[in-house]
Amino acid sequence: MSEFEPTIIAFVCNWCTYTAADLAGTSRLNYPKNIRMIRLMCTGMVDPQYIIKAFLEGADGVLVSGCHPGDCHYINGNYKARRRIKLLKEILPQFGFDPKRLRLTWIGASDGIMFAEIMRDLSAQIKALGPSEAKLKMVI
Amino acid sequence: MAKTAKIEVKDGDLLLCLREFFRSVFKTGEVTAMLVPMHLPMKQVIMPVLVSDPERLDDADPLAPSFPMNSATLVSRLTRKPSGGKIAAVLRSCEIRAFTELVKLKQGSRDELVIIGIDCMGAYTNADYRRFSEKESTATFYGSVLSGKGTAVSGADLAPACSICEHPVPEGADIIIGLFGIDVRNHLLIQGMTPKGESMLSSLGLPESGEPEERRSAIESLISIRTKSRDNLFDKTAHATDTLEKLTAWLSGCINCYNCRVVCPVCYCKECVFVTDVFRHEPSQYLQWAERKGVVKMPTDTIFYHLTRMAHMSTACVGCGQCSNACPNDINVMELFRTVAHNTQKAFNYEAGRSPDEAPPLSEFREQEFGEVVGIN
Repeated sequence: MSEFEPTIIAFVCNWCTYTAADLAGTSRLNYPKNIRMIRLMCTGMVDPQYIIKAFLEGADGVLVSGCHPGDCHYINGNYKARRRIKLLKEILPQFGFDPKRLRLTWIGASDGIMFAEIMRDLSAQIKALGPSEAKLKMVI
Repeated sequence: MAKTAKIEVKDGDLLLCLREFFRSVFKTGEVTAMLVPMHLPMKQVIMPVLVSDPERLDDADPLAPSFPMNSATLVSRLTRKPSGGKIAAVLRSCEIRAFTELVKLKQGSRDELVIIGIDCMGAYTNADYRRFSEKESTATFYGSVLSGKGTAVSGADLAPACSICEHPVPEGADIIIGLFGIDVRNHLLIQGMTPKGESMLSSLGLPESGEPEERRSAIESLISIRTKSRDNLFDKTAHATDTLEKLTAWLSGCINCYNCRVVCPVCYCKECVFVTDVFRHEPSQYLQWAERKGVVKMPTDTIFYHLTRMAHMSTACVGCGQCSNACPNDINVMELFRTVAHNTQKAFNYEAGRSPDEAPPLSEFREQEFGEVVGIN
């Protein structure tokens, strides 16, 4: 059997983390192909249901990544995202989701190197956790 | 200290006494209409009724163990804009707390509203109440509860939500009508809890009275029993749903009717995303899903719906239990949602309906908080 390759959905904001990903690319930095990025204007627009949907569709990990506190292009979207992540980290583990599968980071536009590092670390961590229950079982 | 008075009870008939009290509220000239649970003329069914003629209060029955819907939604309809009149609403504790949440979301207002709360003895499920009402009267129920014989009458007992309710006293009301720890054969306690309630009490000209000491201890012991059974239920439910597979088993009877959302007083969206075109999937989409895993349960999105609802409303859940009451397949929705809500509200140091001054947790933020959820280490 081939080695387990996790699927990680990353909701990234247009202004910081996506720009950092762009920088990582133009700087020819490598990071694992397990990360599937979805660009949004702001992490403040990530409704909890997007994350729930990603998990139920079989994502092994979900990352939400935006601007550092104080740097949000829309002033405070990232603070709102932090509360929603806090909320989901209360709800999902009650049903057996490992809280490590849901992550929030701040990666600024100039942090290309940091972006690639975090993606490598995250991918390794999720790989170590193994496939998520939702991936293996029938979800109604 | 709240202003406290009493109203006399004649022949042990609490309903007669309450109806008389409601009429006297009209006589102050301070209310135009009153929302109160009432027997409908055509059947032994109790529904909230908006009464403008005090002579039509003969069938009012706020003590029956009947709880067909959470009236917070109705009070919201009556107060979301100025109505041109003043309304008194006779509500249960959970209805008041749910309404408080709606006021925070600007879906209702207390400006032209007087809330009369009655110590809540709890209610049966809709099905149990139907059976109960064929043979028994409200007087049997309150007689049994207030004499200490318990809430069970002819085989029916409190709905699960009521049996774990730790808020039997309607604290958020303008006026509280006290039953617990009161010699109800003789009188009921009336307390003005807000300036509005106190001023109404003054215009009613009732004889002043103190709050008997037994009341405090009666309430405390009731709350401690309820809290214990509540925590038991939380433990049991958490254990029974602690994996995705077990959660799936818990919800496997769900047919996506969304009744639990329709009756939920704090499901505040005007249009729920689950009934919009977002979820009117393309036929080919279903095939794709089926092909990916070999099977897909129809209708789809059941767990997705329940988890999303938890994320959207659990911080506002007041535990009224209407979700379970409305479930056509007897899924223990209340147990699940209250358990989750207890944890999410604790996480934000919030309690739904506790105070009109506390903002809903997802509507605000602090610059320094929840550092533990950030980062990947």
